[in-house]
Amino acid sequence: MSETGILGPLVAIFAAIGKPVVGGFATVGRVTLFALQTIQRAFTPPWYPLRLLEQLFQIGWNSLPVVALTAVFTGAALAQQIYTGGSRFNAQSTVPAIVVIAMVRELGPVLVGLMVAGRVSSAMAAEIGTMRVTEQIDAMVTLRTDPFRYLIAPRLFASVIALPLLVCIANVIGIFGGYLLSIHKLGFNPSGYLEMTNSILEGDDIMMSLVKAAVFGFFIALSGCYAGLQTKGGAAGVGRATTNAVVGAFVLILLSNLVITLTAFG
Amino acid sequence: MSDHPKIELRNVSKSFGSNHVLRDVCFSVEPGESMTIIGGSGCGKSVMLKCILGLMDVDAGQILVDGEEITTMKAVDHDRVRAKFGMLFQGGALFDSLPIWRNVTFALTQGRHKRASDMRAIALENLERVGLSKDVLDLRPNELSGGMQKRVALARAIAPRPEIIFFDEPTTGLDPIRTDVINKLIVELVHDLGITALTITHDMGSVEKISDRVAMLFEGRIIWSGPVAELRHSGDAHVDQFVQGRAEGPMS
Repeated sequence: MSETGILGPLVAIFAAIGKPVVGGFATVGRVTLFALQTIQRAFTPPWYPLRLLEQLFQIGWNSLPVVALTAVFTGAALAQQIYTGGSRFNAQSTVPAIVVIAMVRELGPVLVGLMVAGRVSSAMAAEIGTMRVTEQIDAMVTLRTDPFRYLIAPRLFASVIALPLLVCIANVIGIFGGYLLSIHKLGFNPSGYLEMTNSILEGDDIMMSLVKAAVFGFFIALSGCYAGLQTKGGAAGVGRATTNAVVGAFVLILLSNLVITLTAFG
Repeated sequence: MSDHPKIELRNVSKSFGSNHVLRDVCFSVEPGESMTIIGGSGCGKSVMLKCILGLMDVDAGQILVDGEEITTMKAVDHDRVRAKFGMLFQGGALFDSLPIWRNVTFALTQGRHKRASDMRAIALENLERVGLSKDVLDLRPNELSGGMQKRVALARAIAPRPEIIFFDEPTTGLDPIRTDVINKLIVELVHDLGITALTITHDMGSVEKISDRVAMLFEGRIIWSGPVAELRHSGDAHVDQFVQGRAEGPMS
């Protein structure tokens, strides 16, 4: 049947909308299969503990400076914002409580997730992508080494272990940033500030922070490794893979953050 | 001695969408034989090699190694068959992040930790076989020239003493002297170690130097095969045009 008359533009519009939607579902399916395949192989030998330690160092230790800076600046800015906003209805004294809850439940995990995603997902995609286009992955298979176990599983485990540790450190530094600003600029009493922080913080808040961090760590490695393994077409392909890895990780972090928050409080 | 060919392809087909890259490809390689597949760029040589190595699935047909059908094998059995293989990739495909000695011994360690002194000794033995010295042991691949990288890749391919070795364009990008060095190494390895070799290339100088038998792939089909001595008298217009490197002819 000919697609002429009024149907022609309509078909074109539906095709323009439908193609990316179908493509999006296909990508979700492929990423899910990739994740299941990785998990299944990650829990069966051979394991590579030295590769895991190497990745822990790369992801955890090397991310510390950027995570610490992000946390201290955010904590301090947050304290100032809450103080200024709270002064409109005489609620300046809530600064310690809101800083600690916001940092631990939300800003610590999300900001660390985003910062580490920017650093680590892109690096993973670039390294694995370069290995893909230079046939190093194929070479690994012919040398009877499973790239999922050798390359992907150590990154995934390291990311899931490192992110909660980084988030714990970021939470402490972020609260400390808020404390410093509140004491030196906003005139809070040091012991009163710490007392309020301590009394408001609950075990569930810390648990939520750690759960979010572990989930974000999983998505950061998943996005980087998946984009890397899908790389095609030389240097331009590696460039696309790094972009896709970072964008994918950001979207997955923000989406999963909403899902976890709604599941806990919705 | 085995009754089966070392490698046998029976009616192997592979398509990417509407692009039929391999169409009913049939040929066999006998034990200890050096077979070369020639053909123009994009004719499906590399795809065929990847199908034999198990890096790609075939759409139809059978691939047999020592009489065992490998296209329908379970992963664990495939791994056992892969232990017979060595592969020299076109660009070397050395692991950037590892020093040369760990590259060469990768098939033996499979990325796991083994005694460094033992592994370095094995690496050196294989590097010396391809004309390299201990000076390169601790270097990284990017610190070597293209020719040296190719030789390291060759050392890596022979380190586990494979029964079958695959060469993907082994002399591409090398100067004539380095090309001759690599060709001589391939001949020595096949003869000294008794390895069965399957090479894909369009370098006619290499073909005549390293091959016992040659087959030509054109439009996804083997259109001619025979002893290397008959290559220049094949009687096939396509083979003649390719061998003589003429722009005019049936392949134009």
